[in-house]
Amino acid sequence: MSADHDHPHGHDHSHENAYDPMTARVRALETILVEKGLVDPAAVDAIVETYESRVGPQNGARVVAKAWVDPDYRAWLEEDATAAINSLDISGRQAEHMNAVFNTPETHNVVVCTLCSCYPWAVLGLPPVWYKSPPYRSRVVMKPREVLAEFGLVLPAETTIRVWDSTSEQRYLVVPMRPAGADHMSEDELAALVTRNSMIGTGLPKTPGAV
Amino acid sequence: MEGPQDLGGKMGFGPISPEPETEEPLFHAAWEPRVLGVTLCCGALGYWSLDGMRHARESLPPATYLSASYYQIWAYALENMLIANGELSEEELRLGRMRAPGRAQSKKLPAAKVPTVLRTGGPTLRETGAEPGFAVGDRVRTRNMHPDGHTRLPSYARDKTGTITARHGCHVLPDSNAHGRGEQPEWLYTVNFDGRTLWGDDGDPNVTVSIDAWESYLDHAE
Repeated sequence: MSADHDHPHGHDHSHENAYDPMTARVRALETILVEKGLVDPAAVDAIVETYESRVGPQNGARVVAKAWVDPDYRAWLEEDATAAINSLDISGRQAEHMNAVFNTPETHNVVVCTLCSCYPWAVLGLPPVWYKSPPYRSRVVMKPREVLAEFGLVLPAETTIRVWDSTSEQRYLVVPMRPAGADHMSEDELAALVTRNSMIGTGLPKTPGAV
Repeated sequence: MEGPQDLGGKMGFGPISPEPETEEPLFHAAWEPRVLGVTLCCGALGYWSLDGMRHARESLPPATYLSASYYQIWAYALENMLIANGELSEEELRLGRMRAPGRAQSKKLPAAKVPTVLRTGGPTLRETGAEPGFAVGDRVRTRNMHPDGHTRLPSYARDKTGTITARHGCHVLPDSNAHGRGEQPEWLYTVNFDGRTLWGDDGDPNVTVSIDAWESYLDHAE
């Protein structure tokens, strides 16, 4: 950082000019906090690495696939989702208290957080941009059928839509219906059908032929 | 508070234009993951709760909040919280360098502890021995409240009648905890509302919306 050094060569540029404003601002903040002894940059790296490579929607997909093949597990997930999910070695920040909600032929579930962006990080990873943005948060509680159509999910008028506004520490996992034609598949193969959006409720799982 | 974060039922933001799931990167700029990591590290310093940080985000000026991206909101709120707690100055931010060492250095999160911290999270369930005021199936009316501070009762769901569909035990009350007034845990319930109850004739009769509501948000209803 040399923004205040002398410039005998007669100009007054900042050496941060190479950066866009947010990059410069965040670099300055992290630099100061590291200098102050308040932040270990290796800890920042470890946090980022966790969500880039270890914690993501693949976790939730394992839960859903297991619920599809194991009726006892499904019943446990319904009764105590936190314990059932923890039993697969999935636990932690922003998924401390979990609820599983199950789609049926009559009812479709969809999750939002209108007040911020509550989302089950340990189960689904970091939320996508649209989940955190005003268009989704404002409208899905009022016009869910229209919003789902914008995701390409057109539900008939007779399908009940249940919207779960995650207004607290309770976090929600949608368990979609097992797709037709997947009866012969193993749990691992089934997990590959489970999309992130199908576990938020803005999509459906892939069909076996589409994998 | 009915700040810019209280978005349920607001209009004018346009349609959703989601990036295709398979093509969406986890981060959209290199500074974003640094904000994520630095924010979590600073949480370990012990100055604020997650509820307090949520309140800092919703307390940004509405025009700032609504025009900022998610991680911009995080960055601005983090700067404000560090300044409010005396760990950062405007001058330091302007200069991009430290003027005074940190006071909470002993609480710095070491990299080795990150896996444990992330796996443990911050459970909010508390054993209080309090008797619940409501049972599953009860009809309840949410209170008509307009607090200046943090609350998890969205404005669209105030003064509305619904049905308790689940009880979640006693949880830390964000309305108190966000402001350093203690955890004051209360029973937490899922309350389900009909779409028409919330939105009148503009609601879809085949939609229900649930919120999670603390006991002090609720009264019995017929």
